[in-house]
Amino acid sequence: MPNQPDRMGARLADGDGGVPITVTVNGTTHEKTVSPRMLLSDFLRHELRLTGTHVGCEHGVCGCCTVRLDGETARSCLTLAVQADGAEVHTVESLGEEGALGPVQQAFKECHGLQCGYCTPGFLMVVTDYLDKNREPDLSEDGIRTALSGNLCRCTGYQNIVAAVRRAHELMQAG
Amino acid sequence: MKPARFEYVAARSVEEAVAARAAHDDTVVLAGGQSLIPMLNYRVAQPDAVIDINRVPGLGGISVADGAVRVGAMVRHRQLELSDEAFAANPLLREVMGNVAHIPIRNRGTICGSLAHADAAAELPAALVCLGGSVTVQGTGGQRTVAASDLFMFHMTTTLQPDEIITEALFPALPDGAGYAFVEMTRRHGDYAVAGICAVITPDAGGGCAAASISACGIAEKPVRLPDVEAALVGTDLSEAAVRAAAAHVDGAVTNEDDGAGGRYRRKVARTLIVRAVATAVSRAAGNAGQGRA
Repeated sequence: MPNQPDRMGARLADGDGGVPITVTVNGTTHEKTVSPRMLLSDFLRHELRLTGTHVGCEHGVCGCCTVRLDGETARSCLTLAVQADGAEVHTVESLGEEGALGPVQQAFKECHGLQCGYCTPGFLMVVTDYLDKNREPDLSEDGIRTALSGNLCRCTGYQNIVAAVRRAHELMQAG
Repeated sequence: MKPARFEYVAARSVEEAVAARAAHDDTVVLAGGQSLIPMLNYRVAQPDAVIDINRVPGLGGISVADGAVRVGAMVRHRQLELSDEAFAANPLLREVMGNVAHIPIRNRGTICGSLAHADAAAELPAALVCLGGSVTVQGTGGQRTVAASDLFMFHMTTTLQPDEIITEALFPALPDGAGYAFVEMTRRHGDYAVAGICAVITPDAGGGCAAASISACGIAEKPVRLPDVEAALVGTDLSEAAVRAAAAHVDGAVTNEDDGAGGRYRRKVARTLIVRAVATAVSRAAGNAGQGRA
């Protein structure tokens, strides 16, 4: 379709004033020149082809695009790529790979913590952060649901996601 | 949606940021971006220039001294929420923060950014109003202090000039012997509030109400103090009946009827929240008697 600007997430175009950035993503350092209006989510997906980070609502409500930015969870759709200059980013791709799932991924698989999978990358990042940061995480129903409250899932009804958080904790303790 | 084109200015100092604001017709300041970037994505905001202050040195600190918590322009919500020093000086701040969106948003969003954004339903502006805090702003004409009562003008509108930037927010410490509470009603946790109430109550030796400071978000076109409720509360014995009677004075301040919450409903919610907030504040005051703060 012609006249559909920006479908690729504001790639550098004439008059856009490219800004050079250096970003370390999942341990690999990238030097790129980006449009200042490019969102970090689009940078990851379109420039680095790391399409594990999903884009849902693009205004910070759904949590699908959650990554870790310098060790803290952040909405990549509410962060400009230029703001990640000099930063270390971790995406869902950092959690494991096919045949060698990380504990949180393994737990989601075992507990059926996903159906369509669209929201899953965001949940995996948030759960990883929660279990990494809390040596004795609150694994009560309330505690888990509060930790997950920034992420929406329209399939599961959350029960299996809550179960997956407990299972992931077990796997991490054992591992 | 993606942001429309803008000129990007990565300011290296407050002066540079202020000069960039003055040099363009329509600018926005990018700190945490958690309110701004959705507006850019939706193209509700299409500024000529985005002035990024993330790399300006000296804006990232929290300090507690002289009876106040001072929060620099780049301090994130989560930083203030987890600051034990700030909590010791004013525990209300942590309680307020727990109601602001969700952790990933609080990891990025800034305190001063929320104040500058001035959403009428947002928690932090109501807290600043309740505590009688202020902001320090810098513009081409120099620096000035703006009291909370003079800062908020309308929903998403402050009295700041187009070239001015908030460099610091000042939240007074909780008064000695006072109790505090922030309670809100949202459809889902983390959403903007249908109504939220911030209360600081100082009981006297006999358990009566010596002083009360109560503010609200979500009920009007800006965060508001509730002087009629405060006046009705001071001097009472803080019994449930007295608090309930005082809470009824909120009615006249409830002017917001949007978001599916009509005036009658919102008035009822506001009254109920005042009763809850005051009860919690009073019970906490009992545990705070004689405890020195910053």
